[in-house]
Amino acid sequence: MKNIKLYITAALFIALLAAVQALVVPKYMSSSREGALTGEYYANAGDNDVIFIGDCEVYENFSPITLWEEYGITSYIRGSAQQTIWQSYYLLEETLSYETPEVVVFNVLAMKYDTPASTGRPEQREAYNRMTLDTMRWSKSKWDAIRASMTDDERERESMFTYIFPLLRYHDRWDQLTREDFVYMFRRDTVSVNGYLMQMGVVPYADEYVEMPLADYSFGENSLYYLDKTTDLCREHGIELVLIKAPSLSPVWWDEWDEQISDYAEENGLMYINMLEHSDEIGIDWNTDTYDAGLHLNVYGAEKAARWFGAILSDECGVPDRRDDGNIAEKWDEKAKTYYEQKRSLENEEK
Amino acid sequence: MSFISYSFPVFAAALLVLYYALPGHAQKIMLLMASYMFYLWAGREKLFYILITTLTTYGAGRFADRVLQMYGKKAAKSKNRVLLAVYLAVNFGILAVCKLRFTFQNVLLPLGISFYMFQSAGYMLDVHRGRVQAERNFLKLALFVSYFPQLVQGPISRYDKLAPQLWKEHRFDSKRVSFGLLRMLWGYFKKLVIAERAAVAMTALLSPESTGLSFFVLTVFYAVRIYGDFTGGIDIAVGMSEALGITLPENFVRPFFSKNIAEYWRRWHITLGDWMKDYIFYPVSVSAPMRNLGRAARRRFPAFGKRLPVYISSAVTWFCTGIWHGITPNFILWGMINCAAIILSEELSPVSAKISGRLSLSDRRWYGALCVFRTFIVMNFIRALDLFPNVGEYFIRLSSMFKPAALPAGGLGLDVSDYAVLVCGIAVMFAVSVIQERRGSVRELLWERTTVRYTLTCAMLLAVLLMGNYGIGYDAAEFIYNQF
Repeated sequence: MKNIKLYITAALFIALLAAVQALVVPKYMSSSREGALTGEYYANAGDNDVIFIGDCEVYENFSPITLWEEYGITSYIRGSAQQTIWQSYYLLEETLSYETPEVVVFNVLAMKYDTPASTGRPEQREAYNRMTLDTMRWSKSKWDAIRASMTDDERERESMFTYIFPLLRYHDRWDQLTREDFVYMFRRDTVSVNGYLMQMGVVPYADEYVEMPLADYSFGENSLYYLDKTTDLCREHGIELVLIKAPSLSPVWWDEWDEQISDYAEENGLMYINMLEHSDEIGIDWNTDTYDAGLHLNVYGAEKAARWFGAILSDECGVPDRRDDGNIAEKWDEKAKTYYEQKRSLENEEK
Repeated sequence: MSFISYSFPVFAAALLVLYYALPGHAQKIMLLMASYMFYLWAGREKLFYILITTLTTYGAGRFADRVLQMYGKKAAKSKNRVLLAVYLAVNFGILAVCKLRFTFQNVLLPLGISFYMFQSAGYMLDVHRGRVQAERNFLKLALFVSYFPQLVQGPISRYDKLAPQLWKEHRFDSKRVSFGLLRMLWGYFKKLVIAERAAVAMTALLSPESTGLSFFVLTVFYAVRIYGDFTGGIDIAVGMSEALGITLPENFVRPFFSKNIAEYWRRWHITLGDWMKDYIFYPVSVSAPMRNLGRAARRRFPAFGKRLPVYISSAVTWFCTGIWHGITPNFILWGMINCAAIILSEELSPVSAKISGRLSLSDRRWYGALCVFRTFIVMNFIRALDLFPNVGEYFIRLSSMFKPAALPAGGLGLDVSDYAVLVCGIAVMFAVSVIQERRGSVRELLWERTTVRYTLTCAMLLAVLLMGNYGIGYDAAEFIYNQF
């Protein structure tokens, strides 16, 4: 009898802990929505011919619906806020356990960060790590991604435990809970359309971004190591890796960096496209196609970028047109419907 | 490894499973390995210090024992004196150097050095006095020195009480294990929910912008913090050991219920007090110079002369206790003030007994409560010396109490929910202490009431997990006594 009571109490307590954990973890539904992106992939995995990996310059600068509508390309953006190359690598590794795309597109801006410490203040890095990794499903890739991403402070505090049991990380939110925490305790709304986070506002680009010249423009050992790993991984799976620099004016993409990536692409037989050099061709109007003065594109810019890039994917990379595949077309038409609903709703909000 | 690291609960759980799964004769080896693993976690470089103490304690003990067997107790005592002096010089020399480096160069002290060194020195002195036989088994002695639950902040155990338990076989006893785990949980509650919140307020109260009565508030917050921190740490240590079937000595008996300072010191950090009494106070008070002084003093002042050697021995003991806490003037002054307060209270006790007898105060409950309150306040002011290595600053802050009260712009750094948790936490701690004082062990009272016990355990675990100040965003400090 005593033992039964103990087992029941233990089971109830574990259930209570699980509920409390579900309550205190951030939901990323109304603010910092990019925190929800990683977890949204799993419902859309399986039939994507193109996978984008990278930071905000991919999840805000390309519209997968335009790629679909214009070229019949099925794509997913596995992007997240300030995604580092080691995170891109492990997200790709995980993706390959769900599907094998024809092309992987990697935005090379992440090469500027060589270690977790080089990405900014530790608290800020930790917050970005959480947004990228918390909703990733458990696998060896997630374990490795966490190990590669932790800041020194996180390592000292043995934060791996907190990735395993997020309650240990977010316990202090118990006195800051909002209605959103209760509403989304056991469910989430979808914030993106195949990883694309739509932005609607217009804030024109005004002045040229000026950044202090660097003492050394060489990419770090660690970032090059992960770039090699990404190249090898794609090669092993027969996937074409395309390196891009997405059309965003800041942070500055230095010529010296561009040269290194060009050399790397040439040495490894990869395609590299610096889309900043093709802004006019793409048709980006920096007065109307950006929502934050040139840092990221709004939906109009993202559609233009996708339209231009889709032609390359289709013509040069040979990504197939799936519009004739009934099942896929049906699914994508649904996605397009959601996309236009979202667009309309945001347009109304803007008005 | 730290008790408040995430690794520790995992380490403890794995150890308990393995420990009780192993046959009895392997348990002690498991404990030794676990203790060294625990120690290694703090850094390989620190291993040197505990190894030196273990090796010198073993070697000196064996040598002293051999001399004892060859020459007999009386002759051996004088022959071993040099050996003992060298042993103490080496070990306390290392301790002094570490403390000096900690004080002046901010070099972290090797984990638990003051505690395992005092424990080892106690063993060596007992061997020298012939109270215990030197340990022949090196591994057994190594386990006695390094036994991990008490390694970080005590309690300081005696060889004759602890060693036999360490080497014994321990069978799984569900009541004992759950009592141990419950006590650990209670320790975490006190440390993470209460002490760490009080620590946040203390940071604000210690800032130069805090003046006036804020110093008094600081002493109260410090009392809460050090009580939660130190007793919490000891609860974790004693509870862990209890779960392993090994009983460690109690270090606290509700010290804030003391009616005078002498009683307070019989209830606070008991094992250090006992160590000081046995190995410093008694030897000094029965030493030849002290006996001569006593005789001379008695001739001149018959009444006071009798007590003078005791007072001088007390002063020496308190000086050493102060030094043990830190080689800075504030700790020496702290020791001397404690000593002076105890002597004064001793000297005034006939007068106070007369007054309370005439007014029949001793039977009145309010008078008892007043004495408790008075002792609490006085001890708060004495204890606050810990916080000011520069003694002058302490007195400046003390005198500023009569100026208008002021706090830093951000207040105490606590929000409403923190105050609520702190007040409720202190209330729970107080209620538990009252029950313990009146009815004994709370765990024993709850043992048969399983529903209540399970509910309270779950509530406490949830409170620690949810309301504990730990992890990213918090600067949960190590236990205060880790630095001694």
